[in-house]
Amino acid sequence: MARNVDALYIFLLIVTGMMTLLIFVCLVYFAARFRYRPGVRAEQIEGSTPLEITWSVIPFAVFMVIFAWGAVVYFKERTPPTDSAEIYIVAKQWMWKVEHAEGQREINELHVPVGRDVKLIMTSQDVIHSFFIPAFRIKQDVLPGRYTVEWFRATKPGVYHLFCAEYCGTQHSGMVGDIVVQEPAQYEAWMNGGSTGPLSSTGEKVFAELGCATCHHSDGQGRGPKLQGIFGKPVQLEDGRTVNADENYLRECILDPGAKRVKGFQPIMPTFQGLVTEEQVNALVAYIKSISSAKPGTTGKTSASAAGPVEEKAQKNGSQVQ
Amino acid sequence: MSMPIAMPQPERENYLNTKYGVWSWLLTTDHKRIALLYLISITFFFFIGGFFALLIRLELLTPAGDLVQADTYNKLFSMHGIVMIFFFLVPSIPAVLGNFLVPMMIGAKDLAFPRINLLSWYLYIIGGAMMVHCMLTGGVDTGWTFYAPFSTNFSNTKVVEAGLAVFVAGFSSILTGLNFVVTIHRMRAPGMTWSRLPLFIWAHYATSIIQLLGTPVLAITLTLVVAERALHLGIFDPKLGGDPILFQHLFWFYSHPAVYIMILPAMGVVTEIIACFSRKRIFGYSFVAFSSIAIAVFGFLVWAHHMFVAGTSVYAALVFSLLSYAVAVPSAIKVFNWTATLYKGSIHYDAPMLYAFGFLGLFTIGGLTGLFLAALGIDVHVTDTYFVVAHFHYIMVGGAVMGYLGGMHFWWPKISGKLYPEGWARLAALIVFIGFNLTFFPQFLLGYMGMPRRYYDYSHMPEFQVLNVLSTAGATVLGVGYLLPMVYFLWSMRYGKPAPDNPWNAAGLEWKTASPPPTFNFEEEPVVTWEAYNYEELDAPHSEEVPVAR
Repeated sequence: MARNVDALYIFLLIVTGMMTLLIFVCLVYFAARFRYRPGVRAEQIEGSTPLEITWSVIPFAVFMVIFAWGAVVYFKERTPPTDSAEIYIVAKQWMWKVEHAEGQREINELHVPVGRDVKLIMTSQDVIHSFFIPAFRIKQDVLPGRYTVEWFRATKPGVYHLFCAEYCGTQHSGMVGDIVVQEPAQYEAWMNGGSTGPLSSTGEKVFAELGCATCHHSDGQGRGPKLQGIFGKPVQLEDGRTVNADENYLRECILDPGAKRVKGFQPIMPTFQGLVTEEQVNALVAYIKSISSAKPGTTGKTSASAAGPVEEKAQKNGSQVQ
Repeated sequence: MSMPIAMPQPERENYLNTKYGVWSWLLTTDHKRIALLYLISITFFFFIGGFFALLIRLELLTPAGDLVQADTYNKLFSMHGIVMIFFFLVPSIPAVLGNFLVPMMIGAKDLAFPRINLLSWYLYIIGGAMMVHCMLTGGVDTGWTFYAPFSTNFSNTKVVEAGLAVFVAGFSSILTGLNFVVTIHRMRAPGMTWSRLPLFIWAHYATSIIQLLGTPVLAITLTLVVAERALHLGIFDPKLGGDPILFQHLFWFYSHPAVYIMILPAMGVVTEIIACFSRKRIFGYSFVAFSSIAIAVFGFLVWAHHMFVAGTSVYAALVFSLLSYAVAVPSAIKVFNWTATLYKGSIHYDAPMLYAFGFLGLFTIGGLTGLFLAALGIDVHVTDTYFVVAHFHYIMVGGAVMGYLGGMHFWWPKISGKLYPEGWARLAALIVFIGFNLTFFPQFLLGYMGMPRRYYDYSHMPEFQVLNVLSTAGATVLGVGYLLPMVYFLWSMRYGKPAPDNPWNAAGLEWKTASPPPTFNFEEEPVVTWEAYNYEELDAPHSEEVPVAR
């Protein structure tokens, strides 16, 4: 990604450098050549429509090339590959909290393996932050009340800067951290040290604690919609619209259930705004996703059964993170 | 340039000496006196804002946060932005030079609504006093952008006070715009057709449209911030179902066009200066005129290019990127026309022209780096870094302030009736140009390297220090460059040689009356029979004096 951005950047440096040179050479040459000399009068020139059209159309054509190129790069930046590893980020004044799908948690550090597509699913507990990794040339604002997404693939092991780029209060400049890119073997070792069980099984536990299963039966007979298989599918709403059940939709349904109610169900679900932390919402979303997909590694069933004692540790870690 | 010999003459009655005393100033409805009231007030705020900038640069001299506290630093850059934008740049050229010159350039006695003109100055002063009060009682730390929900729910500084101060000052700007639009439509002298207007007037007309249509949106936005903060309405707060991105849309709907409020008048000034000191009619008059209008119109359609990483949709970003390139075209047209005007000219290098050259260089760099920011893929990397800071300072300081200073030098003999020391003025222009580049060019590099803006402490990344030291060094040079003109302008008021009516032998009605002008500008109403920038006639050998309307 950095290479794509830099290529466009260099192209722009060349193009704008040439434009600057053209203008400055004209300025300096005219200024010197046509400086005041006694007895020599300026020659009045009204203007020239062909010239005006030339220097409107040519720059515009060049601009359109830059626009198209910039748009292509942007589309890549904004479209994570479907099989990316997913990592949840919760921002708060003034730290970055990281939750890996496998259950690892970190603060102001993000460990990733080299050569793997990584998708960050990010939200904020308070104000707007921005997750900025200059070395990867990517940045995305992190908003309260919804998820935003950012992705990258690190190509070289090393430690890179992580900055908060959106002003967020007193310690804005202290909201920095490190992106640690490791060889797969090292990463594996790091991942196994103090493993805490997958995020989805934490979510399963929260799901049980909050009694979600009372209504959301797995057989589709409950008072709430069946959640198995729902993620990523279109959902028919009561008001006739259809929405895609993505992370933001699931999140909204937990925090503001009345907003986009599924067709055929009564508005009986209470809001969980204020009752669950951002981390718990992330865990719930991860859990619902895990029971929706047959993706290896994120299937709730297999890992959940083996994660009994580890879960408590995850919860404990969670409270430390708070 | 050949200067007509100043004939010793008895002190004529003019707008400065017609009445004395504080009330003759505070209750004046003379647009020229109101312009001077604005000049004094905005200079006051310019130096306050500049003082904050100096402290910011001193703090960034070292990576650690050692000069001021983090909260203090955050207040410094917030108040630097608020003061410089709302209390200096937005009123600068329109309220001082525009106020002074718009009626004179079109051959009118005053603006259409002289008392509303005075009211607008009082609103500015009330807003300014509220801002000073806000700064003295603790200040504000939201950045000049007031982003929600930080401003509405989290900051514990004087957000409401600052918001209301800007709200009040905004009405001053609206009234000035209203006054200019009506004046330019209704009060042109006989023969002063639209196609004979100086391009300074076209630029101010375009600016006034933006002030009239854009500023009310800022007022609404700030009202919502104040209401949200006081009453927790849930407009921007996601916990109550609000949307923080809505704030950004509302804010930039004004604040992007506001950039054109700052730069368009400077473009107008530079156009006048280039024509005069190349002794030529401006190349492509109608293209330059209509590009001002095009900028004002397109300027309203590009606001979300500030929000490419804010969480808006990919498709919205595409549209706004495309439109941003569209608005770049009229600016490019202007630069090409100014350059072409020099061709076959007879170019003089007096101080105003040096500022105009400075403007051309810096605005070109500022504009072209805008192409980087409008390119979606690059914006993701450089937005919210020092690259953006450098870019908008090239436009707003390199462009707008250069234009303002150039205009002050060009019209100072008319305004004060005195000549400033030319040597010092050329030196100051040079110092400003060098100091400016030294301050802000390193910031482009810092930005691409990844230094985020609004960072008080960069001890995590000490590799950024060298460029920051350069920038701070440049800022001190720039500071000297800005102090010099104030000193010699003040000096000239007492010790300067009396200025002839038309020291530059310039075209334009304002030069056909006395320096300083009488209260009603012209002894008798001028009748215009010539095109704008008739330098051919003015420089014609053995020509009879062009009939003067005085």
